[in-house]
Amino acid sequence: MTTSNPEFDADCIQRILAGEKQLFHDLIRPCERSIYFLLHSLLRNEAEAEDAAQETVIKVFRNLHMFRGDSQFRTWVLSIARNEGLGRLRKADSRREDSLDAITDDQGGDYTPAFLTSWREVPAAALERKELGNILRKAIEGLPEIYRNVVLLRDIEEMDVRETAAALGITEGTVKVRLHRARALLQRDLAPKLKGFAPKRARLFGWGA
Amino acid sequence: MRIDCKHVWEHISAYIDGEVDFVLRAEIDRHLETCEICSAILDSTRNVVVLVADNRVFELPAGFSSRLHARLDRELSLETD
Repeated sequence: MTTSNPEFDADCIQRILAGEKQLFHDLIRPCERSIYFLLHSLLRNEAEAEDAAQETVIKVFRNLHMFRGDSQFRTWVLSIARNEGLGRLRKADSRREDSLDAITDDQGGDYTPAFLTSWREVPAAALERKELGNILRKAIEGLPEIYRNVVLLRDIEEMDVRETAAALGITEGTVKVRLHRARALLQRDLAPKLKGFAPKRARLFGWGA
Repeated sequence: MRIDCKHVWEHISAYIDGEVDFVLRAEIDRHLETCEICSAILDSTRNVVVLVADNRVFELPAGFSSRLHARLDRELSLETD
């Protein structure tokens, strides 16, 4: 994640609005990843997410004069991305199985973790094996949408609770509840699958990418 | 008051994020000292959180950024006309 810098953003926006339009490239660059993955999480399709990301960026540019600075620039951008994504879903909707309201926060559910008696840490170096990345992606993509979005912004894009809440239009309390459930679901799904990726004694990583 | 395993699971996410208060954190720490299962659940959850945050897990499609900025260039030149 690229950390956004409010002072740079404010200065940049002022100059763009005053005519230095090319600066918009630099302003939007740190937000690109988050825009794309939020849309990918909503639309679940690469090509559509990319198209929606481009549309979002154009809308951000056209509406830049509306940015009031009472939230972080990226938060504002992500709420535009989210609206773009939701708009597309509504258009395509009517008989989608994974309807937006399919799962609600007060719905019960089993968030019991996977029981283990010991855990050997899987180091990030294990990601050199493509298989591990696939397992992680599949687990996240398999989460219900309301949990997937929160994990994406909090744990993958590393946004704080406040920014996540603002970008998704939910309360900070809801972000925390959803994140907790999402992590519990991921732990239950992934813990048994990840065990085999822990390093064996005295062996180095780097085999079979 | 001693807390039980279920109570610990309820707070695991907040614990990882450093968002439990001092008293609760001490209770959880005390529980973890003697409970292998909760320790393993905490370690594995934290491990999952660290792994999914790695940039290699979710990568932008190849050429995404250049296509985006090319589109943006077209838009910017339109606006100038």
